[in-house]
This record gives sequence, C-alpha cells and structure tokens, in this order.
Amino acid sequence: MGQVELMNISKSYDKQKNVLNEINLSIEEGEFFVLVGPSGSGKSTLLRMIAGLEDITAGTLKISDQVVNHLPPKDRNLSMVFQNYALYPHLTVEQNILFGLRAKKVQKEEQQLRLTETAAMLGLSSLLKRKPKELSGGQRQRVALARSIVSHSPLCLMDEPLSNLDAKLRANMRVEIRRLQKKLGLTMVYVTHDQVEAMTMGDRIMVLNDGKIQQVGKPITLYNEPANVFVASFIGSPKMNMGKANFSSDMKQLVIEHEPHIDIDPATVSKRLKEASITIGIRAEHIFPGTPDNTTHHVEVVNVEHLGNETTIAFEIASDLWTAKWPGQWAINVGDNVPVSITGEYLCFFDTESGDLIRPAMAGKSQEVIAI
Amino acid sequence: MSMNSVAIRSHESMELIFEQAKKRQRMKSWIKGMLFLLPSIVLFGVFLFYPLLRTIYLSFFLTDASGETTVFVGWQNYMNIFTSPIFLQSMKSTFLFVLYTVPITVFISLFLAIIANEKLKGTGFFRTIFSSSMGISVAAASVFWLYLFNPTMGVLNRILEFFGMDAIGWLTNPDWALLAVSVTTIWMNIGFTFLILLGGLQSIDSYLYESADIDGAGYFYKLRRITIPMLSPTLFFVVTVTIINAFQTFGQIDILTQGGPQNETNLIVYSIYREAFVNYQFGSASAQAVVLFILILLMTALQFKFGERKVHYQ
Repeated sequence: MGQVELMNISKSYDKQKNVLNEINLSIEEGEFFVLVGPSGSGKSTLLRMIAGLEDITAGTLKISDQVVNHLPPKDRNLSMVFQNYALYPHLTVEQNILFGLRAKKVQKEEQQLRLTETAAMLGLSSLLKRKPKELSGGQRQRVALARSIVSHSPLCLMDEPLSNLDAKLRANMRVEIRRLQKKLGLTMVYVTHDQVEAMTMGDRIMVLNDGKIQQVGKPITLYNEPANVFVASFIGSPKMNMGKANFSSDMKQLVIEHEPHIDIDPATVSKRLKEASITIGIRAEHIFPGTPDNTTHHVEVVNVEHLGNETTIAFEIASDLWTAKWPGQWAINVGDNVPVSITGEYLCFFDTESGDLIRPAMAGKSQEVIAI
Repeated sequence: MSMNSVAIRSHESMELIFEQAKKRQRMKSWIKGMLFLLPSIVLFGVFLFYPLLRTIYLSFFLTDASGETTVFVGWQNYMNIFTSPIFLQSMKSTFLFVLYTVPITVFISLFLAIIANEKLKGTGFFRTIFSSSMGISVAAASVFWLYLFNPTMGVLNRILEFFGMDAIGWLTNPDWALLAVSVTTIWMNIGFTFLILLGGLQSIDSYLYESADIDGAGYFYKLRRITIPMLSPTLFFVVTVTIINAFQTFGQIDILTQGGPQNETNLIVYSIYREAFVNYQFGSASAQAVVLFILILLMTALQFKFGERKVHYQ
C-alpha cells in the first residue's frame, strides 16, 4: 500500500487523443519520487491531477488509501511548489508563508510557532518583512518551499521548482531539498525535465514519454538497464551511443551499419538476439582509450571537450556521432586518429522495431559496483 | 622629453576628436527623435497647447460676440464667477454628479467583471453584452434614455404606474433630474470600465489561485486577499479616468436636460458651453474652463498622492 496510488489514470482534453495513458503507479510513504520526461510528455499534467488542479478523465487516484478523485485540492492534505513559485507579490514573506494557515484559520500562536520554525529551517528569518520582488531567485525559491513546509502536509508536490535558477544555485537547492525531505519524512513527488536532477535526487524515478510510462525504478537501474531506447538516450549525459547493428555470418562479429566490426563471443548470443533486428548502445565511459593490448578500432576525432577532470571525444561511427568520456586530461586534437577499445561486454542490445531492451551490458554493472 | 610632450599632445587631441564625434552622434540622434515626435508635437500644439494658452489669455479679458478681446479686466472674470450663484450651483452639481456616478460605476463594473471572469459556459456572450454600451455614442444612448424617461410613454413611468405609484418627471423634477442623468451616465460608462477591469482580472496569474486552492482558501478569501490587491493598479486607473470623465460630462446633459430644471443639472462643462456660445461671454467662459482644469489637476494629484500608496504594482 503506497501513500499515493494511481490506478489506470488517463487524461484527455475534449475527448481528443489521450495526454496520459493508463498510468499505474504506487508511491511509498517517505519516498522521493521523481517524474521525468521531455516537455509535453504529460508529467506536469499528472502532477496537477494528483494535486486536484486538473480533472481525472479515467482511473482511480488514492491518497493515504482514500479515493480522492472527487475531492478539491484543499481536502487532499498536500502542498505544492510551482515552477514560478506563485508567490503573492503584494504580500510580505511572512504573509506569504502564513497565507494558507490563515485561510485554514489555524490558531495565531500555532501560526507564529510554525512560522519561526520554518523560517529558521530555511534561513529566512531576516527576510520576513520583505516583499517577493526584493528577493533574489534563490530566496524566492526558499519562500515557496517554506510555504509548502509550513502546512505540515505529509505529501509535497513540486513542479520543476529549480528550473528558474542558475546552475550553481540549482546544485545547492538540490541538496537542500533532498535534506529537508529526509529530515521531515515527507513524501515527495517531484517533476523535472532535467535527468541530472532526477538521477541525483530521486529514490525512484519514473520516465514518461508521450503520456506513457517508459520505466520506473531506482536511478542506477535506469542507467544500467534502460528498458528501451528512449530511456537509454534520455538518462545519462552525454547520452548513450547508439547504432543499428547486424551479426556477421559467422556470429563472431557485430557490424554497425557496414563499417566498424566489434568482436563478440558467440556463446553469449541468445536465440532472441539472432532473430531480432537489433540496435546496440554503449555508454560514453565504456569506450576506453586504446592501449597496444586492447585497441579494437581507430577513430578520427571530430570534437574534443577538455573538462579538466575528464575529456570527452566525439567521433563518427557509421552515420552517427559517438562520444567517449575518458577520465583525466588527454592531449588530443581535432583530426587526430585515436585508438579506442569498444568491446562486446559493454553493449546493450535493443530491439530496433519495438525499442525494448533485449539484454543490458554485462560488464558495465559489475564495474559500477566495484567503483562504489 | 620632446617625444613625451608630443605623445601627450596627440593624446589630448585624440580626446578632443572623440568628444566631438560623440557630440555629433548625440545631435544626430536628437534630431532623429524630434523628427519622429514632430507629427504629435504639431497636432498637440495646434489642438491642445495653443487652445490652452489662448483660454488662459482670454480669461483675463472681456470679449465681443465673435471672441475678439476688448477690455483687459485682470482677475475680474474669476471674481465674478466665484460670486455668481449660478456657477456655484454648477460646481455643487458637478461634485454631486461625481459622487453619484464614480463609486457606483466602478462597483457595478467590478462586480460584472468578476462574474464574467468565471470559467463558465456562455461567459463570452455576457462579456459582449456587458461591454456593449462602450460601442454606443453618447448621443444615441441619451436619446434612448430620453425615451425611457418620457413622462407619459416612458417605460420607467409605465412600471411605476403598474405598481400603482405616481408618475415621476424624471428630467423635469429638480429632485430627480441629476439622479436621472447620473443613471444614464453610469449605464454608459459601465462598458468601458467593465472591459478594463476584466482585462486586469485576466492578467492575474492563475498560479496564484491554484496555489491558494491547495492552501485551502475559500472563494471570498481569495477575492479579498488576491483579486482585489492584484487588481489595484487597474482599479486606480479606472477610478482616475472615471472621475476625469465625470467632470467633463457634456453630451448627455445637452440632450437630456439642457442644464435644467432650475440649473440642477448645469454641470460645469455645460455651463462653460452656455456662457461661451449662448451668452457670448468668452472671457468668463474661459475663466470657468481654467478653474475646471485646475480642479481636475488637483483631484488627480490628490488621488496619486493618497491612492497610489494602496496600489501594488508588480
């Protein structure tokens, strides 16, 4: 029994095509659950349906084991942080934070108690008399958080709360929100289009595309065993390198669109792999710098990014641009011919037609475990 | 040594050249700006600034019937109007008229705008209806109301008769005339104020209401704590414009009452008109016009001083 349960939830506007299709989901108590997907995937709509701001076209929504389809937002005992914070511009920070408590006619002493507690928690104590326009983006964000925390609702919904902040502040707030959630034991449903946010914050992630669930799972699972091509290319930065591939006639090699051949152990090729038309994928960090022993291919570099702690190299494979990510600093220039190692045990195999995963990489996962 | 001084001199002359180039650029952009402004400067000059100055000038003279100045009388025109019972009556009527029309107009249109802003079926129809009086000319609206107010065949008196009450001389009874004109004016102004207020309501961010919904705020709490404060700049604008409009009312007076009965509806602009084009007293008419101008200026300044404090600009 989860705290939030969605059963066959669908949404359509004006009886047109479904924006959300038969969503089944259970969110546990105290869990940090992230809904991630590209814009237009329906993630915000789903969140607004949980909040009660949008009607549910079909299906059942349960919060704390109660069907709430018919309840207005205020009776669902939840709080929400909006993308643009939705602060009242004419009220001070204090009035903004207390708005909901006053509306619910909470006792004056209780209001003050919660206000001081929340303000102290978020470092807003010195800003209580200011108006929102006198605050910086990060401070506004904190006020929005405070407004949601002060309600003491067990369930908190967040709709892309960090997208208006600059990169540095965003990284800070990520940690802060995560800490707050753990400390208060909130159940959090967090919507974002940023896969980094999803990976770093979520206990579990749901990837949504075109109104359909692509995969639900732990961040690491999504990274290592993406359920389909969409999840594989959406999760991870740089995105997973992909290409259509065929087995050579002797089953010992894999040919990526005619050009590069990758050696493969015939024993690991299952029957299903042989029959399907396949797309292979390999993470950028699994294309290794070639040493005299392990070099499998030579590639011509078309772009280099020196990040200091790592170097990413882009090169052409068949018609696609692939990237390799190597730790450390490498003196490589555009146009160089570089030896690399691409081996079969790091490849993920997908069905080209359905896009579904056939077999995840065999070596990648074990390496991750060692890395931890 | 000499090398150095040459360098310094050339440095100074460079500065000078830069300065001149900047000056030339500033001049150029000033001329360009003026060219763009020229059409409105000419129009404003001919139809606004010149008449304004001419009015002030005329207010210190006696004139003949064609408006030519004859005798310089200084402040005499002003002293005359402030001792004239007719002018004082018209001042009183004007203030009463403002008092009757402005609050009611704003209140009714605010109410209509709030109900027309609800997301219900058919609000588009009502929005059109509520704003339609904006599209009717003052003359047409006045004639329309003239029929409603007609003592024998007018609908209003018919209704009174139906309930067994005596007919009222809406436009001929001194107790009722100003009220009747006020009702007409309110009806005419509602279209404009409604439209502006509706626009103001629609520009309020819907997130604010959604957030309040989640916080558990009721309808009237939202109205009081969000809608009214967020609408305050629009309300302020509407009040200012309606007050100015009320001070300048002319058309409906001319058609409905011609200032009668017993000068009860002789509002200040109508009084100016009569003084100038019926009595041919251009001097004292100009003096009245100047007084009206100062009055409106003062009222607006006062509003900005006291009203704007309560306005929340975003």
